[in-house]
Amino acid sequence: MKHKIELEVNGQKVEREVEPRLLLVHFLREDLGLTGTNVGCETSICGACTVLIDGKAVKSCSQLALQADGTKVTTIEGLAQGSQLHPIQEAFWEKHGLQCGYCTPGMILSAAYLLSHSPRPSKDEIRHALKGNLCRCTGYHNIVEAIEHASHKMSSATS
Amino acid sequence: MYPAPFDYVRATSLDDALRLLDESSDAKLIAGGHSLLPMMKLRLAQPAKLIDIGQLPLRGVAFTGDAVRIGALTTHAELASSRELLQHCPLVAEAASVIGDPQVRNRGTLGGNIAHADPGSDLPAALVALGATIRLRARKGERTVAAKDFFVDLLTTDLQPGEVITAVDVPKAAAGTGSAYLKFEHPASGYAVVGAAAWVRVSGGKCAAAGLAFNGVTATPLVSEAALAQIIGSDLSDATLAEAAAKIEAVDPLGDVYASGDYRVHLARVYAQRAVAKARERAVE
Amino acid sequence: MAKVLGTSIKRREDPALVTGRGKYTDDIKLERMAHAAIVRSPYAHAKIRGIDTTAALAAPGVLAAYTAADVAKAGLPGMIPVGWLLPDLKTPAHPMLAIDTVRHVGDAVAVVVAENRYLARDAADLVAVDYDPLGAAVDPKGATAAGAPQVHPEAPGNIAFDWELGDRAKTDAAFAKPAHHVVVDLRNNRLIPHAIEPRSALASFDSSKGELTLTLTTQNPHVHRLLMCLASIGLPETKVRVIAPEVGGGFGSKIHHYADEAITSFCSMQLDRPVKWTATRTETNATDAHGRDHVSKAELALDAAGRILGLRVHTYANLGAYLSTFGPSVPTYLYGTLLSGQYAIPAIHCQVLGVFTHTTPVDAVRGAGRPEATYVVERLLHLAADQLGIDQAELRRRNFIPPDAFPFQTEVALQYDSGNYEPALDRALEMVGYQALRADQAKRRSSGGKQIGLGLSSYIEACGLAPSKVVGSLGAQAGLWESADVRVQPTGGVTVYTGSSPHGQGHETTFSQIVADKLGVPMDQVQIIHGDTGQVQFGMGTYGSRSAAVGGSAIARSADKIIEKGKRIAAHLLEAAAEDIELADGKFSVKGSPDKGVGWGDVALQAYLAHNFPEDLEPGLQAVTFYDPANFTYPFGTHIAVVEIDPEIGQVKLLRYVAVDDVGNVINPMIVDGQIHGGLAQGIGQALWENAVYDETGQLVTASLMDYALPRAHNLVAFELDRTVTPCPHNPLGVKGVGEAGAIASPVAVVNAVMDALSPWGIRHVDMPLSAEKVWRAIREAEAKRAAA
Repeated sequence: MKHKIELEVNGQKVEREVEPRLLLVHFLREDLGLTGTNVGCETSICGACTVLIDGKAVKSCSQLALQADGTKVTTIEGLAQGSQLHPIQEAFWEKHGLQCGYCTPGMILSAAYLLSHSPRPSKDEIRHALKGNLCRCTGYHNIVEAIEHASHKMSSATS
Repeated sequence: MYPAPFDYVRATSLDDALRLLDESSDAKLIAGGHSLLPMMKLRLAQPAKLIDIGQLPLRGVAFTGDAVRIGALTTHAELASSRELLQHCPLVAEAASVIGDPQVRNRGTLGGNIAHADPGSDLPAALVALGATIRLRARKGERTVAAKDFFVDLLTTDLQPGEVITAVDVPKAAAGTGSAYLKFEHPASGYAVVGAAAWVRVSGGKCAAAGLAFNGVTATPLVSEAALAQIIGSDLSDATLAEAAAKIEAVDPLGDVYASGDYRVHLARVYAQRAVAKARERAVE
Repeated sequence: MAKVLGTSIKRREDPALVTGRGKYTDDIKLERMAHAAIVRSPYAHAKIRGIDTTAALAAPGVLAAYTAADVAKAGLPGMIPVGWLLPDLKTPAHPMLAIDTVRHVGDAVAVVVAENRYLARDAADLVAVDYDPLGAAVDPKGATAAGAPQVHPEAPGNIAFDWELGDRAKTDAAFAKPAHHVVVDLRNNRLIPHAIEPRSALASFDSSKGELTLTLTTQNPHVHRLLMCLASIGLPETKVRVIAPEVGGGFGSKIHHYADEAITSFCSMQLDRPVKWTATRTETNATDAHGRDHVSKAELALDAAGRILGLRVHTYANLGAYLSTFGPSVPTYLYGTLLSGQYAIPAIHCQVLGVFTHTTPVDAVRGAGRPEATYVVERLLHLAADQLGIDQAELRRRNFIPPDAFPFQTEVALQYDSGNYEPALDRALEMVGYQALRADQAKRRSSGGKQIGLGLSSYIEACGLAPSKVVGSLGAQAGLWESADVRVQPTGGVTVYTGSSPHGQGHETTFSQIVADKLGVPMDQVQIIHGDTGQVQFGMGTYGSRSAAVGGSAIARSADKIIEKGKRIAAHLLEAAAEDIELADGKFSVKGSPDKGVGWGDVALQAYLAHNFPEDLEPGLQAVTFYDPANFTYPFGTHIAVVEIDPEIGQVKLLRYVAVDDVGNVINPMIVDGQIHGGLAQGIGQALWENAVYDETGQLVTASLMDYALPRAHNLVAFELDRTVTPCPHNPLGVKGVGEAGAIASPVAVVNAVMDALSPWGIRHVDMPLSAEKVWRAIREAEAKRAAA
């Protein structure tokens, strides 16, 4: 039996009927066409599916769409303001924090979550904050650089 | 990757959850879903029904006399950052802070974690070392179980059909107490190959009381009474800790392709010394 | 105009990728698209007694279920071919759906197609396969023993090939009475490539035209099309279009032709509607071609002064259950030929037994053969320095091929075109602070507690694959040139059609830099088209660190041809001789009189108007090049790893990693550094964590990311990089390739560092991955031995 859910995705109200077993990641990708959220594993390890729910980073492959009922979800598609990239997106671009780009949306959202509660993290803190996100291309070096760069840009913009 | 079909119902209250649980066969509770859903995605678990208790007000940290009561739906991230816990039960906060990764900590809950009873999980040993009490509710009433009795076997607890974990009571750390959770992390899963949870209360330069338990070594949290006996009443010197650690033994230690049982026991002995030493350093008389 | 070549220009690929707009295969949805789920063998080896699809067909939303019988009935060739042959290679058939026997866990047995992926998976669970399980051969050496279960009747003793390189007699003579003889048994651990994007295929057959469009996670769409058409689905290449959209990493795993895309195509052809298959991580781990898995005995002979006299190695190479696309080439020509390393070694002999086992096929994974060779050579050098009591750097220095000896003919077929090894070693030693670290090490050794170790790896690789004639003589069933069709638009913009299809390397940016540099057009007016057999005439793809050296050179050559034609057009317009025209700053002008010129755009326009045009010239401004390199390229360098060991528990911590690489000229330093970073992470991962483990029944124990450890940010360090530049002498860009260097050099640097830290215990070798328990056991055994002595 399908159940109705109502939530906000990237600022838009969404109402849908979903099957209980539908994972949030498939709801976002298949039902809403938000394919920026990727699936890389099935054991809640790789973090390619990371989104923000009510501002907190979570793995959308490890929760049911039904569990997101009543929440606010932010995916990679909701981060930029129109054509203006979010500072973290910009920093990944500037610092070459991505290669194939598959893990990138999850990385960026994990970074966004980190910077939301720790605006000027140390490099070591950044590395630990990425524990739930695997990248096979970059060796993480430039991802760490990018997040640090973004943190500087964001905190100088707000101060 | 794709769970088998199941029915879903959202509990509106604890009583509602208990009723649903009683009336359903082959139903599972879901809160954060971080223990259950990965199993369902691999079809290692195929419950007929999920009862979602994620919205129930079983969340947060409160004081009850000498104990801290932690709601079962409190997330690991909340445990790790709770001011109350950091002050009165820092061992729980420290263990929670190294569970999985930030995303997992944002969704995984205390109740789900201990109900799943993974031997590599970080909270069980901390709760056992602290002498925590698990509060369980069923339609017929409430009961409490000591943490050391709650974990029965690999992925098996004393939780009975129809019961829900509502909270965990953890004694407040008395003055002069220091604690530490030290983890040797599995490089793939992030679970504890060995996690040592230790606390000591120091009075007049002697160890007045202590707790010590290990995740990852055996199917349920390992406690060495012999080691504890050596530690309590001692001066907590490195030499004493080494003697105490040498007394740690394990029956049927866990072993896998990454770390054998022998090695886990060895790690427990080393980590016992390191964790207690760190707890000793943190204890302020 | 600002310099574009050699500049860190931000990647044009990224705005789409950082906003989630990049379209990977699984992101693409077509009308009436159905989903396939493949039923796979849970056994490593079993006879199939029967397959019953009745229940699956009756399940909700199910459109079809097929087995090998349906493939046969449809008259398809139905095979997965091998693309590299060796003398006397056994080539047993590899059916796309198992016919009567399954030979590894994950072998495809049947397929179910349903309206969505959940329903497809439900129905796949309902396919009843009656198996008769049999014993499994797993270990490459064990599989050759008498009585081991046999994988294919065509390959007795499970031996697919017995291959040699070098001069056995001369090498044996060098080992007759050497002053020093170093021997070590090495296991090069099996890897699962783990691109974060799982493989996926979207096949769309249109029966009205008889055409198939296959969107695929591929590093080489043309090669996939060729192999599929030849052996699997029986359509002509003219009826098949293969498209590589965004590809989420490959590391070799997306070179190879797998059964899965053939099965998906077959489903689409049968149902006449689009069918998508996307692997789960469990599926990729059981089916993506694995890497490495060598069991070797390696020996080095040296004279009293520490000069190498000879190197000898015998290797069992695990090939898995079937020959994967380039499987036979990896442990042979990509391995044995690199055994001279950076050293002048007068005698080398290498024997490799390629062995079938009941495991996932093994093929190229980042580095492919060259990390295995580097591991042998640099482990031997490390052990020799220890044995002889010579400093690690000094022993290497003593044996380097001197800079004036190039071109240098090795004893193992390759002729190194260029090299200058000492400056890279010196720079690495300087960066790491070698002497100070040695002093710190000595201090720690006397005080006990945590120990540090330094590991050197002076590596060489042969990449820029590859001269077609050479690889053809070695068994390749393909040429390894690359194509570039450069078309200048009437308005002066440039479109490049390249056969080099990227999966994260930033080709669009790098190739645009080459064109902008050559033609003087702004980068944003250069368009790079790739990854589509419907647009690019033919291409060989991206692997073997070949894209810049071969694909880039093809583009440079085409640009040269464009310039030549442009000069003739300009000469006509300027009423001058073509020989007197030069192109600079976006303008064709007469040499010596820069005022007399015609703009790039005018020439481009005139090429298409052809109103005022040389009589003997065709209109248009386009040039096609099939660039076939004259030789491999030979990047090299020295890496130094610094580790700390906690002897009480055996835990290894990477403290620092210094890499000095010489990849020739550099087009985009930022991208080049990024490639090194990624390779380092993978190589360090192999040394410390990554390990595909099968149990004795052939079950993959490390089947998920819960058990197979990939490097994570918090386990790695900030890498310290530098470069020396020795340009490749034989390609127009002087570039050598960089994709694999990090993965080739780093495993042995880390292992050598750990062994260096363990040398006070007299420990010579521990196999990768260097888990804490292995190191702890080695220490414990050494201490027990010492106590007993």
